[in-house]
Amino acid sequence: MTAIIDYGVGNLFSLLSSFEKIGENAIITSNETDLINADRIVLPGVGAFSDAAQKLSASGVMDTLLREIKKGKPVLGICLGMQLLFNKSFEYGEHDGLGLIDGEVRPISDYVKDLKIPHMGWNALKFCAPKHPLFKYINEGDFVYFVHSYFATNCNQSLIAFSEYGAQITAAVANKNVMGCQFHPEKSGDVGLNILKSFCEMKEGAL
Amino acid sequence: MITKRIIPCLDVRDGQVVKGVNFKELKNISSPVQLAQYYGKCGADELVFYDITASSDGRKIFTDILKETAKNVFIPLTVGGGINTVEDFDWVLKCGADKVSVNSGAIKTPDLIGQAAKRYGDQCVVLSVDVKRVDGVFRVFSKGGRVNTGLDAIEWIKRGVDSGAGEIVLNSIDTDGVKNGFDLEMLQKVCEVAKVPVIASGGAGKIEDFITLFKTLPKVDAGLAASIFHFGEVEITDLKKQMLQNGIPARI
Repeated sequence: MTAIIDYGVGNLFSLLSSFEKIGENAIITSNETDLINADRIVLPGVGAFSDAAQKLSASGVMDTLLREIKKGKPVLGICLGMQLLFNKSFEYGEHDGLGLIDGEVRPISDYVKDLKIPHMGWNALKFCAPKHPLFKYINEGDFVYFVHSYFATNCNQSLIAFSEYGAQITAAVANKNVMGCQFHPEKSGDVGLNILKSFCEMKEGAL
Repeated sequence: MITKRIIPCLDVRDGQVVKGVNFKELKNISSPVQLAQYYGKCGADELVFYDITASSDGRKIFTDILKETAKNVFIPLTVGGGINTVEDFDWVLKCGADKVSVNSGAIKTPDLIGQAAKRYGDQCVVLSVDVKRVDGVFRVFSKGGRVNTGLDAIEWIKRGVDSGAGEIVLNSIDTDGVKNGFDLEMLQKVCEVAKVPVIASGGAGKIEDFITLFKTLPKVDAGLAASIFHFGEVEITDLKKQMLQNGIPARI
């Protein structure tokens, strides 16, 4: 079972539907017992970093989430959920993240001139070697759907895929069992569903 | 590099696609969910659902259609038609929409764009504008293109973007239905003032019209059309192939 953490940001209908589509039993929850019983956890998120970080710490699942991560349970952060995994973000000020992946989140506009912000639309994935298990069922050059104005930087250690948009835009990261993707797999057609499928095959302690 | 998006638009009334569709593979299909699934498979980059229902019964059916679509089609979904309040945003987003398109609602309540952008983020708010030349000036029309609001279109779009609209759909009433190509002159004017993505709508009749659009105006991000896709006059897979052959980035 996959637990999608509900901490009051964004709508999770499409995300839940995408797991149902690939035959995975998924639930939307903010219950600690569900996180403990889950085989893997998804941390979603849309909106502003500081607001989401506050809501997550106020949700009451933070301690359990961190404990489960420490035990080796696979976790996937999506979009802002991925950004929350980093040390800090510079979106409207400076805010602490969960510190599970080294690096920080900065405005794309600091690095990219002459292109529209947000980086919105379909962009091709470029893999870092070796190919990460999350990409088991997809190929380099496959397209995924992005919508974001901030991106993760200084994270070469954990970078597993990027896209080109005037600069190298961090697309996905992994630090053992902690994974994240900036794009929306639940909106990336079959490519996105295949990424979720490989995530659902991951087991605690195997990464 | 980001690809140019191809977006079919589905007008839905009382649970049916208006005018119906006629593909080689799908004859006379009027179920929006089936049609959305078909487009998802053949490479549409995004879908727009436009609710042109007036009755509350129709609204209920539209809600079910949205949910059913979001359960089966995993590409971005924009919903418009009758969006007048922030509560309307809330309603369609809960049904699985990713973006919400406002038109007449924003003209009636200009604050709507700002309020919605603040609550849901700029990326969620699409400003859709119906524009027609009147005495050589681009004017905004409301009520499905029937009423001249007197607003200067370029000013209106600038204001919308400043208030938080994250994307513009520009529908040229002058070229709509003519099938002789997009309104390049109007689009260029809008691209000069909009720093957000611009979606061209109105006038596409064949594949070459999309090629000309993206080659002439590299700042246009997407092309939207309805009946030429529904009636199979332009097949999205063929269109994408020809875009790539012409050096236009496309997702296949």
